[in-house]
Amino acid sequence: MIISEQWLREWVDPAVDTQTLGQQLTMAGLEIESIDPVAGAFTGVVVGEIVSAEPHPDADKLRVCQVNSGSETLQIVCGAPNARAGLKAPLATVGGELPGDFKIKQARLRGVESNGMLCAEQELGLSEANEGLMELAQDAPVGADLRDYLGLDDQVLEIGLTPNRADCLGVRGIAREVGLLNDCSVTEVTCDPVQSALDEIFPIEIKAPARCPHFTGRILRNVDVSRPSPLWMQEKLRRCGLRSIDAVVDVTNYVMLELGQPMHAFDFDKLVGGIVVREAEQGEKLALLDGSEVELGTDNLVIADHEKAVALAGIMGGEHSAVSDQTKNLFLEVAFFTPHLIAGQARGFGMHTDASHRFERGVDFELQVKALERATQLLIDIVGGEAGPINEQTAASEMPARPDVSLRADRIRKLLGFELDSKEVERILGGLGLGVTATDAGWTCSVPSWRFDIAIEVDLLEELARVYGYNRLPVSHVHADLVIPARDEQQLSQRSVRRHLAARGYREAITYSFVDPKLQAQFDPGVTPVALTNPISADMAVMRTSLLPGLISAAQRNVNRQQPRVRLFETGLRFVPTRDGLEQTPTLAMIVTGARSPESWDSDDTGVDFYDLKGDLESVLTLTRDLDGFAFHAAQRDGLHPGQSARITRKGQTVGYIGALHPVVAAQLDFAATLYACEVDLSAVLAGELPEFAELSKFPEIRRDLAFIVDKEVAVADIMGEVRSVAGAYLSDLTLFDVYTGKGIDPKRKSLALGLTFRDHSRTLGDEDVNPTVGQVIDLLEKNYNAELRS
Amino acid sequence: MENLEALGNEAKTAIAAAEDVQALEQLRVEYLGKKGQLTALLKGLGKLSAEERPAAGAKINVVKQALQELIGARKAELESAAVGAKLAQETIDVTLPGRGQSTGGIHPVTRTMERMEDFFGAIGFEVVEGPEVEDDYHNFEALNIPAHHPARAMHDTFYVDEHTVLRTHTSPVQVRTMETQEPPIRVICPGRVYRCDSDLTHTPMFHQVEGLLIDEQSSFADLKGVIEQFLQVFFEKDLAVRFRPSYFPFTEPSAEVDIQCVNCGGEGCRVCSKTGWLEIMGCGMVHPRVLEFSNIDPEKYSGFAFGMGVERLAMLRYGVNDLRLFFDNDLRFLEQF
Repeated sequence: MIISEQWLREWVDPAVDTQTLGQQLTMAGLEIESIDPVAGAFTGVVVGEIVSAEPHPDADKLRVCQVNSGSETLQIVCGAPNARAGLKAPLATVGGELPGDFKIKQARLRGVESNGMLCAEQELGLSEANEGLMELAQDAPVGADLRDYLGLDDQVLEIGLTPNRADCLGVRGIAREVGLLNDCSVTEVTCDPVQSALDEIFPIEIKAPARCPHFTGRILRNVDVSRPSPLWMQEKLRRCGLRSIDAVVDVTNYVMLELGQPMHAFDFDKLVGGIVVREAEQGEKLALLDGSEVELGTDNLVIADHEKAVALAGIMGGEHSAVSDQTKNLFLEVAFFTPHLIAGQARGFGMHTDASHRFERGVDFELQVKALERATQLLIDIVGGEAGPINEQTAASEMPARPDVSLRADRIRKLLGFELDSKEVERILGGLGLGVTATDAGWTCSVPSWRFDIAIEVDLLEELARVYGYNRLPVSHVHADLVIPARDEQQLSQRSVRRHLAARGYREAITYSFVDPKLQAQFDPGVTPVALTNPISADMAVMRTSLLPGLISAAQRNVNRQQPRVRLFETGLRFVPTRDGLEQTPTLAMIVTGARSPESWDSDDTGVDFYDLKGDLESVLTLTRDLDGFAFHAAQRDGLHPGQSARITRKGQTVGYIGALHPVVAAQLDFAATLYACEVDLSAVLAGELPEFAELSKFPEIRRDLAFIVDKEVAVADIMGEVRSVAGAYLSDLTLFDVYTGKGIDPKRKSLALGLTFRDHSRTLGDEDVNPTVGQVIDLLEKNYNAELRS
Repeated sequence: MENLEALGNEAKTAIAAAEDVQALEQLRVEYLGKKGQLTALLKGLGKLSAEERPAAGAKINVVKQALQELIGARKAELESAAVGAKLAQETIDVTLPGRGQSTGGIHPVTRTMERMEDFFGAIGFEVVEGPEVEDDYHNFEALNIPAHHPARAMHDTFYVDEHTVLRTHTSPVQVRTMETQEPPIRVICPGRVYRCDSDLTHTPMFHQVEGLLIDEQSSFADLKGVIEQFLQVFFEKDLAVRFRPSYFPFTEPSAEVDIQCVNCGGEGCRVCSKTGWLEIMGCGMVHPRVLEFSNIDPEKYSGFAFGMGVERLAMLRYGVNDLRLFFDNDLRFLEQF
């Protein structure tokens, strides 16, 4: 809502300056977004009249004008296309100053003397219009100071209104607030009944009373629409952000800004039979004032005549019945539409108008006749004509109910935390237009027709707090019982995992939860992701089923920005549709690419490989104290290298994947470096186990190393598992300390070296204790794995 | 015996000149060893008379002792020089950087959320989380925002289908908490939220931390106390805080909270659009209808809720000037936190 301060002060004029006024409104919940002067800073500008305009001898586009400044006739060279004899326009005189420190001096333009400057609106900081000179009214007094003539010592206040404050979508409502905040009186405009000069009534029938319980209209005959609206009205409209169109539109807009009541004027001669407020027929078409055409459905409400729809109710008038320069007779309508039943109608057509904005939020339902009288009087004053009587149709049962709201004094104490003097309670609520009656427990309040946001007790509390001043309300500290909440020690925190990864060189990334469906299909081609019906762009159109696409894109951006080494992790939800519904699974993902170590004086540039990432992941999984519960199984997954990827399980359940980015996918992404990625369900990473003490042995350990050769395909994890199963209770540690392929080994085979450590709690073990076990291990390896022991 | 003095002097010179421990040992043998020259003199004492012998012996012993001391001292000197030489040889450039993995870091949004969790955790607020693809009921209806309510226009909602949205705030987590938990309730809900808006100052995804307190005794004064304290602790400054009436369908009374501009201290600058104030969060007393939706008796219980944008607070706290940096994941940005 944009409002002119002068206009507001015609209604209510507290003895506070503009800044204070703005401050008051902001702190009462009507947030002032800006305060701007209605014109730029200029001096020495008067109303000038062009007496004659002759072509410039040496320039096609310039004209040499003789301009009456009120005290003398000045020769001024002007380039504006509308410079013509008889035009009244702002004249900046020599010595004057325009916005931007632009001093007006005597000048010669292409050899012709020029003593001042004729101005466009933009040059005076009035608007952005600069196509030609600002055209002043024919009755503008020549020589008058433009600032005085247009009353430009005014500010416009832009108010960011919240949706509940529809009552302030007009000067009247804001004036009411200002009056209360300053304890000063408000001058209402007169809306006295206009004497009917006709007895002609146009029939009105409401067929949709729930949505339109109140509809008023009247005929206005013999108007002269060629007469312009007066300067004061045009100026007020301009300052409130509306352009002057013609007197009829200007008046309807003016009353809307003044009282908050949208209205519409039809060309009466285009209407047939009478007005019907009805639901649209399916497929009915309506050409609108803005030149668009809409196709209607039965859930749309229209204003129709006896032949067809003539306006989209509460949104916009139709083109056919619009007022034109041929119009002789008007039909003025003013209605009330039930907010929650009209809400969303405009949006359904992708529209949002001043009218729909107000009707959806709630227009004072007792205002229609008043507004109609006000508009009629203004119209008669400007365009003349004779008014018919008002035809008022009301569906009383469908009018908004305004049950009284009670307010208990102890609720003020309880919810606002302080005692508010009862006189102050009555002053505030009364000032807002509520009828306040004292009761035993507090008050009963009747709610005025312009407030749609007061229905229950807390609504009254808010009004009290707001007007009294939030910042005058007391401040206290919350009191609560001190209770130690339960904490599951086995549950690791995400925080500990993040810290752990950070310590291992990973940076936390946060990528968008919506991704490019094409990229995602590389990783989850079998899954139809959750798609947004209104995505922000095609590459952010589906919800991620994996964190990898987003992280890989982030890595790629960094590599493209010459970052040779990237280690990122992210935690967040992935969104996987399943037969049982959408699963939103908290997930941890990590990626690495580039050198294994940061570049330094002591490092080589060896690139990372699978085992770097696996090692980092295992180190995170170790936080659970159950690393052995996790297993890695060679597996294939879309988007990952088939020979370098694994499915991760915990106690048999698949919990994630790890692997190298598939070279084909990498090539498609134009990703030159090798990248490794893993993704694990966070629940598996965070489910830890409690530490459990084991007795420390006082006896020394005994170690046996076994080196043997097996086929390359044999999985080390299988061997380790079996060795553990036969190595007996004395085995305290089993380590793989060497893997060798190459010279001296059959190219299809590999050499492994295991270190077996034995220890007992009750005695020192001897060869005789471990040798049989080692023998069993060797037998097993030879038998099950075709192992060949190396000496 | 007339040689004794010459011999002593000769030995002293030799000891002083000894270059290393081996040479010194040779000198010891040469002079003091069993066949050494001084030992020979002692052995020669037998040729003297019994009267002369003690005096002559004493003289020799004086020289012997002096030489022994000199050798000892020279030995210590040489050994210390040897250790010094070895240490000198082992000297390294201690200014070279240490070896090993670089350290990573936490995203500034997470860092900021963790701080908030800590502050509210300290006064007994539990952290709760919830789904991000949310049903219309929890995101809107149960928060007193029916279909076509103008307040829905305040949320540029991403839709999955007619009844499913990407949550536009973390308030649905509060609803889910109220549905399952008996008062007193003290929770905060951090997490990702989504709005269909993308420009210089809006990203389609951002983070919120919302808080909810429901108890038998809780008032707007308590809300003011919690918020003021939180902001002062968060910014580690005694900032001016003001509460401005506003509107949210799920709270009544509702307030926007402004802080004195952290950039200019309230003088007015580019960051605060010359107002001296920064809008920082929304809050209010939980609307009785919201309590009723979750079967909490508004006559018995009251409470307050608040919500803030994490990125906005992080930007003000750390001076970040471009919101979009948070989701670009440029290492040069991430490394600053």
